[in-house]
Amino acid sequence: MAPVLDIRGLAKSFTLHNQGGVTLPVLAAVDLTVGAGECVALHGRSGTGKSTLLRTLYGNYRVQSGELWVRHGATRIDLAQARPRQIIELRRSTIGYVSQFLRVIPRVAALDIVAEPMRARGVAVEAARARAAALLTRLNVPERLWHLAPATFSGGEQQRINIARGFAVAYPILLLDEPTASLDGDNRAAVIGLIDEVLARGTAIVGIFHDGEVRDRVASRLYDMTEAKAAA
Amino acid sequence: MSALPLLDDEPPLLVVDGLTVAYGTRVGCRDVSFELWPGEVLGIVGESGSGKTSLLNALSAKIEPTAGRIHYRLRDGTMADLFGLSEAARRQLLRTDWGVVHQNPRDGLRLTVSAGANVGERLMAIGARHYGEIRGAALDWLGKVEIDRDRIDDRPSSFSGGMQQRLQIARNLVTNPRLVFMDEPTGGLDVSVQARLLDLIRGLVADLGLSAIIVTHDLAVARLLAHRLMVMRGGEVVESGLTDQVLDDPQHPYTQLLVSSILQV
Amino acid sequence: MTEMLAGYNFAYLDEQTKRMIRRAILKAVAIPGYQVPFGSREMPLPYGWGTGGIQVTASIIGRADVLKVIDQGADDTTNAISIRRFFARTAGVATTERTVDATIIQTRHRVPETPLKAGQIMVYQVPIPEPLRWLEPRETETRTMHALSEYGAMHVRFYEDIAHYGRIATTYDYPVIVNDRYLMRPSPIPKFDNPKLDMSPALQLFGAGREKRIYAVPPFTKVKSLDFHDHPFAVESWDEACSLCGSTTSYLDEVLTDDQGGRMFVCSDTDYCRSRTA
Repeated sequence: MAPVLDIRGLAKSFTLHNQGGVTLPVLAAVDLTVGAGECVALHGRSGTGKSTLLRTLYGNYRVQSGELWVRHGATRIDLAQARPRQIIELRRSTIGYVSQFLRVIPRVAALDIVAEPMRARGVAVEAARARAAALLTRLNVPERLWHLAPATFSGGEQQRINIARGFAVAYPILLLDEPTASLDGDNRAAVIGLIDEVLARGTAIVGIFHDGEVRDRVASRLYDMTEAKAAA
Repeated sequence: MSALPLLDDEPPLLVVDGLTVAYGTRVGCRDVSFELWPGEVLGIVGESGSGKTSLLNALSAKIEPTAGRIHYRLRDGTMADLFGLSEAARRQLLRTDWGVVHQNPRDGLRLTVSAGANVGERLMAIGARHYGEIRGAALDWLGKVEIDRDRIDDRPSSFSGGMQQRLQIARNLVTNPRLVFMDEPTGGLDVSVQARLLDLIRGLVADLGLSAIIVTHDLAVARLLAHRLMVMRGGEVVESGLTDQVLDDPQHPYTQLLVSSILQV
Repeated sequence: MTEMLAGYNFAYLDEQTKRMIRRAILKAVAIPGYQVPFGSREMPLPYGWGTGGIQVTASIIGRADVLKVIDQGADDTTNAISIRRFFARTAGVATTERTVDATIIQTRHRVPETPLKAGQIMVYQVPIPEPLRWLEPRETETRTMHALSEYGAMHVRFYEDIAHYGRIATTYDYPVIVNDRYLMRPSPIPKFDNPKLDMSPALQLFGAGREKRIYAVPPFTKVKSLDFHDHPFAVESWDEACSLCGSTTSYLDEVLTDDQGGRMFVCSDTDYCRSRTA
């Protein structure tokens, strides 16, 4: 079975021109394949490049060398070489990303933040909002918060909206950056439930889980970030 | 799963090739090239003197470029060389298929006539001759840009800056343009007013499938509205790409400087 | 008959000036409704008193012509008398107050009620020739708007009227489209007279001396007043008839007869009224 995500020799470094041109090599050579229904947990201490790798997989960070093959429908595309338009399309329908922190947009209600990825795929307003409501309910976000902009919410509330948004569309690939970081027991369980469901549906997940309990529950295997630095 | 478009089977709406605008020996912008697709928002960011305004003026046919070509895909599918068209055709384009939202709403509105007349003018310019229908369309659009419909007969000179800007947007969108140019649309507005305007623009672009080219010096505005970004400095494009990529992983020294200069709230 | 003045060229203007103005008139006739610039001369009359009209008349008048001059429809107002006498003295032409006998009719602000015939020439005195001036002060821009037929903004004015007053408020100098092409101001004639311009057998010339423009509507040319489909163009009407001749179809002036508010309505066109009572 062809992998959904096929990373080969991925290298990523940062060159800080305004700090004398110092270059920080964060990822030296990442080789990783992920199949449908698999959940790979990125494992390593702070500074080993876990978030960097996730962001690279989303096209948020540029790649210095290597290939990043993503299955898209019946074909596959190398994200490292993809044009902006193609990346936008991949993000619309193939790759989902739950970042660590919700990016708050003024005036947009929580419900609409969650509904937005569905609206971008042509789902009607009412249907999108209904599904958003179902997700928020599942994540224990009270209805009184749905029509408010999340700027004043707690960290945990914001994160649950972020998660709901990430799970709103059935992406074949899902990138999760510390999805349970600010959550208590009940909400952690709810997120685990969501992850289980999408895995059962064949979603491929690459995630960072600092919480050992969550990691053990959902990960099919670990990817040790020191492997990424091995070739350095 | 339906076939997902990936290989750009849709032709671009605007193709810009080697665009240069020079004022005698002084260069406004040099050798700018890019493509823009339907439904896409391109942000042009840069500081004063970067050439972004020269570029916008050439793109919106306000001034003729010194070199280079601008090709626009007309509604019938043909690619037209913008400055190969007659002036009449260009002006027609500006009245129907394009919109231009100026930084100062006073440059884009008729202050001596009512809000309703401002919105209805483009309709009248393309031959609308039924007063009731024109007024109905104006009321409709005032609602969309969140201007109280009671103000339809008031003059824009009595409106606040934010309201004037929203009226300018309504005035441009009434003919369902496919491409809108915006020059610092939130410049000079209070922060809360800005937020409202940005929210409106985001919504309209998404709902109407507009393409837009937005010039701004405010990176937060660019991040919110633009799919792609072009960073300009000294008349040249120093970096371009996906908005979040350019802002989160800037490659060019100038972009890095720009991004690191933003004050945190 | 008034004595002709000595030391002046026929009809006051020198021949080269008349040629220049005739060339402008020919251009204007060739492009109905289009404003042709011309070298307006100093006339013994201040700006705003009909210098444009006088220059047009002076350029076309010949010894055999019969001239009528009206001001607000009347032959006996100060201006009308002065201009008529001017041409009598500088051209020695016959003058008349009867529309049917005139070959040239110079007018300020009215069109005669008596239908015009082929061979007659109307000369209108025009203050502001540019119909878009209220909207756009720049001459360069209005010329471009005319060239590109960008007339939508004119309807903006009417939209405003309807929004504020419930109806189009313009009642004189009502803009028209000539020959389905150019937007034109017919001079400050009441809108009542606009239909008379449409398909008239007469040649209609318009002269603006201060603004230095001449324009024309050739005989049998389409002249359509602007309007909205749901607010169509309509002319004035009166409940009264003319107190002198009883006409119910002519343009009536209201005349106060005493200090107690007594009034009567009489035809503005003095010749028309007289011809009905004679």
